[in-house]
This record gives sequence, structure tokens and C-alpha cells, in this order.
Amino acid sequence: MGTPIKDVVIPSTAPKSLMLQKHADYIASYGEKKDDYEYVMTEFLRMNGMYWGLTGMALAGQRDRMDRSEVICFVKSCQHECGGFSCSIGHDPHLLSTLSAVQILTLYDALDAVDTEAIVKWVKSLQQPDGSFYGDRWGEVDTRFSFCAVACLTLLHRLEELDIEKAVEFVVSCMNFDGAFGCRPGSESHSGQVYCCVGMLSVTGHLHHINADQLGWWLCERQLASGGLNGRPEKLPDVCYSWWVLASLKIIDRLHWVDKIEIVVVVVVVVVVVVVVVFVVVVVAAVVVATVA
Amino acid sequence: MSEGSSDDCNAQDTWVSFKDRPEWSDVKPIPQDDGPNPVVQIAYSDQFKEVFDYFRAMVAADEKSERSLNLTKEAAELNPANYSVWNYRRNILSELNKDLKGELRYISQVIEEHPKNYQVWHHRRVIVEWLEDPSQELEFTEKILQDDAKNYHAWQHRQWCIQQFSLWDKELAYVEKLLKEDFRNNSAWNQRHFIINNTTGFTPEVVAKEMKFTQDYIRKAPNNESAWNYLKGVLSEKKLCEFPSLMEFCLELYSKHIRSPFLMACMIDNYEEMLEQGKPKKEENLQNATQLCNELAEECDTLRREYWQYMSRSLASKYGTDVSGDS
Repeated sequence: MGTPIKDVVIPSTAPKSLMLQKHADYIASYGEKKDDYEYVMTEFLRMNGMYWGLTGMALAGQRDRMDRSEVICFVKSCQHECGGFSCSIGHDPHLLSTLSAVQILTLYDALDAVDTEAIVKWVKSLQQPDGSFYGDRWGEVDTRFSFCAVACLTLLHRLEELDIEKAVEFVVSCMNFDGAFGCRPGSESHSGQVYCCVGMLSVTGHLHHINADQLGWWLCERQLASGGLNGRPEKLPDVCYSWWVLASLKIIDRLHWVDKIEIVVVVVVVVVVVVVVVFVVVVVAAVVVATVA
Repeated sequence: MSEGSSDDCNAQDTWVSFKDRPEWSDVKPIPQDDGPNPVVQIAYSDQFKEVFDYFRAMVAADEKSERSLNLTKEAAELNPANYSVWNYRRNILSELNKDLKGELRYISQVIEEHPKNYQVWHHRRVIVEWLEDPSQELEFTEKILQDDAKNYHAWQHRQWCIQQFSLWDKELAYVEKLLKEDFRNNSAWNQRHFIINNTTGFTPEVVAKEMKFTQDYIRKAPNNESAWNYLKGVLSEKKLCEFPSLMEFCLELYSKHIRSPFLMACMIDNYEEMLEQGKPKKEENLQNATQLCNELAEECDTLRREYWQYMSRSLASKYGTDVSGDS
């Protein structure tokens, strides 16, 4: 039955190979662009962005192009007295940026540059009686934060400081009727949240709570004819879901259930499109700023 | 994960530099600090720079006043994803004991402009918590969902309100309205499960009703993943063999040459359960299930051929001991 399904169309002229050097060059120069409106506007995720950029460079074998001491210095300046890290200097601490900070320092083998005891104490303090985690003192609960908390303490080799049984209980309570996970109990299943829950259960050694065949099925259903992956049924594909979905499938040992060839094509095309779009945005922003100033 | 979108400054035409605002003449703005050895020299627009320089000054002095409250509004307009601005605003609102109903009106406007931003929705939730008044929330989230019926933040907020303040009454009717508009809306199907799970529960009567409801929608669009997932969910704690009408429904669609992978997956589930339960006609059931898997792998759902081949092998290895030949 030909019922229309939401998907994208990859043009036949789309690139067929990854331009790795271009991506590495882009990341390496990201913080150097003057008049970069986009850079300023993304300050609220600076720490996360640095982690993604560094990881990208490490994967591309070009980590040494980044200035290690500058980065460590920056990360250090973002630790607050409570132990948590903010996204950038002058912002409030949050679990999202705290995980990124710990990940960056782990990449550089520089955890001793900060007060790790304080991190452990702060992350521990965010756990709630029902096992969930707040993102910060303002009380937002989300399975993203369950993942951040356990990943953070695992990297610090202090996972036992948390109430793992309760933490697992909360994440499992976010499992839905389709076998996938949402951000809170009852929330719609979403690929990003699935990654966080699967990651959390994996890191804490509780993957047995998952029905791998059922979840694997839901995850491989995210793949559309174009090869791309979506976040929920009947939504358009987006390359970020290539990460959330494939990483989840890998963890539950079902990665072979997606069609590899189609995915690679989509990832290459989307990454190239993103690079071009960002370049255009930066140029336009610079023109706008120059005109207004 | 941290989503945020922002438009260019709307107030640019009417914006007045802080240097020309006498009520700010006592404040020394604090410039951006990118660390002891800044890698980057950033040149922002003057407005952006000034607003945040003065914001930093307010935070450093821990000033909680009308002017600092207004400043958070300016800062949030320039960058609504800046969570520290919202945190500080809440501190001021609390300190000055401000009118929270007014704040609710304000945050409604901001959410309408930036409906996919985590911070603004969280701000709204805190205000509603402080007010202990959810009376506007269903109407508000409905308004947002009218523009984007799958807005994840809107649904989470709506679920929280319903659960926190027991607003279950009319929600099933709302979900039915949404499904009439778009029966492929996965969020609406999820909400349906959420409501029933937390109210009547899936009693035998409810299960029968939900099966019929869902099957009617499946007939209209047999490849609707959400409807099939919902149907599976309704029956998840049950034995499929107690619902012979389910297999009859599937066979009816199959006989009309419908080859939706979800339909065929449902049939395979049925056969698998029959095999598990040791029902009669074991060989026939296994053959039917395997045939469906092969059809899916080779024709109807080739993207997931690995999965269907796994299913086929799995069935053969579990139930095929008496059957000779390859799987």
C-alpha cells in the first residue's frame, strides 16, 4: 500500500565520500572567526561544543591542532564552588556542561586540574528520592541527566557514590509500550532519550532490563528509504539521529540491523550541507554586523 | 541536545544605549571574559555586548531590582537559550515577590516565538509551580500544538500539568481530535496510552475498545507505524491468542494484498506466540512465520533485511528441531 512517508530526497549529484580534512579544518578554526554571531549565540553550549569539536578532531587524528593548555584553562575557569561546571565563564553550573567538562579533561588526561571530589559531591546531590536527577538546582528532571550523572561519575571512577538501583529504577520507569524511552515516565519515545537511557543502563551494567529485540526493532525502524534516521515515527530524518540511533544499536549489539550503505550516503551529504550552510551564515552575519555597527 | 533558537534583536530600532540611560549611570559594565588567554576576539553587535556587559555587572553585584529584572528581559530577547539569564530572572522574581500571573503572560509570548527551547518551557513550569495554578496550561499547550502537533516540549509540559494537577477529564477527547486531524501523529498516540494507563488502566473492556479504535485507523492507513505500535502496546501484557479477532484482522488485510511491514510483523508475533504456547499445527505456523520473514527481507522491507533474516533464523532455531531442511 503506497501511503506517503515523511522523508528527504538525496540528489544524485550529492557527494559520495567524506571530506574529513574540511571538517577538521572547520573545527580547528571555529573559535577564531571574528564577528561570528553564531559563536556568541551558542555560548550556552560552549562546553558541550568544545567536547564535540575535540572528539571530532580526535577521531580525525588531528587532536594536536587544538590548544591543550588553553582548553584545560577554560574548563578549569568554569568550575564553580559547588563543584559543578557552567557552559562558559559567568554562567551557572549545570549537569550537561559538567559531563562535557569531565569528558574533555578525560580526553586530555587532565582530571587532576580540577576538584574532582567537589564534582562527585555535586552530582550526587542532584539525585532525587525517586532515582531521577535534576539538571541543576532548578529542578528539571530528564533521562538525559540520568545519563550525564552516571557517565560523569564513571569517568571519575566513583559510580558507587550514586544510588544506582534507584537511578536504574527511574530510567526503567521511562520505558514505553514500544520498548523505547522518553525523558520522563510517560513521555513519548525519542531516539535521543533512547541513547541516554541505553547508555545509562549499559554503563551501570543493567542492560538486561531492555528487550534488545524489541528496542532494536524500534531503532531500526528509524531508518527511512533515503537511508537517514529519524527521532520518532513519522518525522523527518536528521543526521544527529544517525549518532543517537546507531550508538544505541551498537550498545545492544544490533547495529547490523540498519542498512549501512544508505546511512553513509546520507551522513556525507548532510555534513557537507551543514558546512556550507554554516559558512554562509557566518558570512551573512559578518555583513549584518558590519552594517549595523 | 541543548536546543535553542533565536532571532535577531527585534528591539533594534527602539534600542537605547546604556550610556544614554541615566538610571544606569551608577553601574560599571563588566566585559566578556573568555579566560586568561582568549583564543578568540569576538566583535558582537554593540547592543548585544552592552546588554550582557550590564547583565554581568548585575550578577556580580547580586542586584535584584526592577532595572535588573528588565535587563534580564532584554538579555533573554537577545539570547533566549542563555539559561543563566532565566535562572537570574527567577531569583529576582522571587526576591521582589513579583506578580507571577504577569510573568506567565510574558513567558507565553516568549514560548510562542521560541517553542523548541528547553529554558523557556522550564521557566514556565517553575512559574506554574509557584502559582500552583494550572488553569491556563491546557489551553496554552493546545495553542502551541496547533502550530506543531508534535512539539516535544509542549507535550512534556502538558503531561506534567495533567499528572500534577489531575487534569485527566477531557484529555482523551483532545487526543481523538488530534488523531482525526492527523492519525500519524505519534505524540497523540503516546498521549492516548499515557491517559489510559493513568486512569482506567487497560481492563478487558478498555482493551477491546482500544483494539477496535486502532484497527479502524489502521484500515485507513495500513502502514501507520504509530497505530501498530499502539496496538502492540495495548496488548503487551496479554496473550495474543486470547484475541483471535486480531489475527483475523491481519489475515483480512493480508488477503487484500496489503504488505505493510507492521502488519506482517504482527502476524509473525501471532505465529511466534502460537509456537511458544505449543499450539497445534506447529509446522504450518513455523512455515507461515518464516515465509513472512523471507517476504519482508526480500521484498517488502529490504532496508531491514538483516532483522528479518535474524527473526527467521531465531524462529527456526527455537521451534524448528523437528523440521528438516534449511531455515
